[in-house]
Amino acid sequence: MKARVTVTLKNGVLDPQGKAIEGALKSFGLEGIDSVRQGKVFDIEIATQDKSRAEALLKQACEKLLANLVVENYTVEVLG
Amino acid sequence: MRAAVITFPGTNRDGDIARALRMAGAEVIPSWHADHDLPAGTDLVVLPGGFAYGDYMRTGAIAARANIMDAVRAHAARGGYVLGVCNGFQIACEAGLLPGVLMRNAGLKFVCRMQHLRVGRIDTAFTRHYTAGQVIKVCIAHGEGNYVCDDETVMRLEAENRIAFRYCDAHGDVTRENPNGSRHAIAGIYSENLRVLGMMPHPENLVEALVGGTDGQGLFASLAAAG
Repeated sequence: MKARVTVTLKNGVLDPQGKAIEGALKSFGLEGIDSVRQGKVFDIEIATQDKSRAEALLKQACEKLLANLVVENYTVEVLG
Repeated sequence: MRAAVITFPGTNRDGDIARALRMAGAEVIPSWHADHDLPAGTDLVVLPGGFAYGDYMRTGAIAARANIMDAVRAHAARGGYVLGVCNGFQIACEAGLLPGVLMRNAGLKFVCRMQHLRVGRIDTAFTRHYTAGQVIKVCIAHGEGNYVCDDETVMRLEAENRIAFRYCDAHGDVTRENPNGSRHAIAGIYSENLRVLGMMPHPENLVEALVGGTDGQGLFASLAAAG
């Protein structure tokens, strides 16, 4: 199975990289961009075919390593 | 004082900090990240600076899960001393030995320069050779030194007097110079039992007049005497 884990910064955590990207986009004259927050995407292949087992496994992966829960949130998406 | 200095793939200040410890009279045993046990009789574990695992994903994140870290956590839980410098501070936070996290510098630049620090309390194993409020000059070299934690944690660190060092100007004013945007100008913090110290600056590089100063000596002299 394929899965995608998305890790994003929690609200209120300063994101200087996102700010720099936001500034660059605005400097191109792109209208309507209000703000940018940068995150991470992990594309993961999993051996199991059981969706709920896959989700549980990925949740563990996030909490053990992929996200730092002090400053980051994560979402898990099993793509099938 | 027997110190285990741990080398991870990408650590590069292990030699410097081992030298600073030996100069102060400590015994140093080089240790390897893949080992499961610390050397027998380890009093102090040192997590040195560098770029463990290439800083991949988050600084210190992968190193914090290395084999040796279970032994380091057990050592800390027993009341053993741990010193994390720069990347070692990042590893200590990721490993749960200290609260908070080190994020990208607010100015986005890697900062490499001399920096004044104000010493906090001087009744710990790390700072007995300093005087209260002393301003010392050491160096900093990091891209992710921006100390972040929630409001409750920072208030607790303040209330429990656990801020070991703060960035300041030459006169000790902590509101004047903050090289990375750290909350409360935090350059280093202690664990609850004051036996784990994490700090971004590099005292190990200021132990000889020949290379610009000796203000880092106090920390290693304190540790060597802590036995």
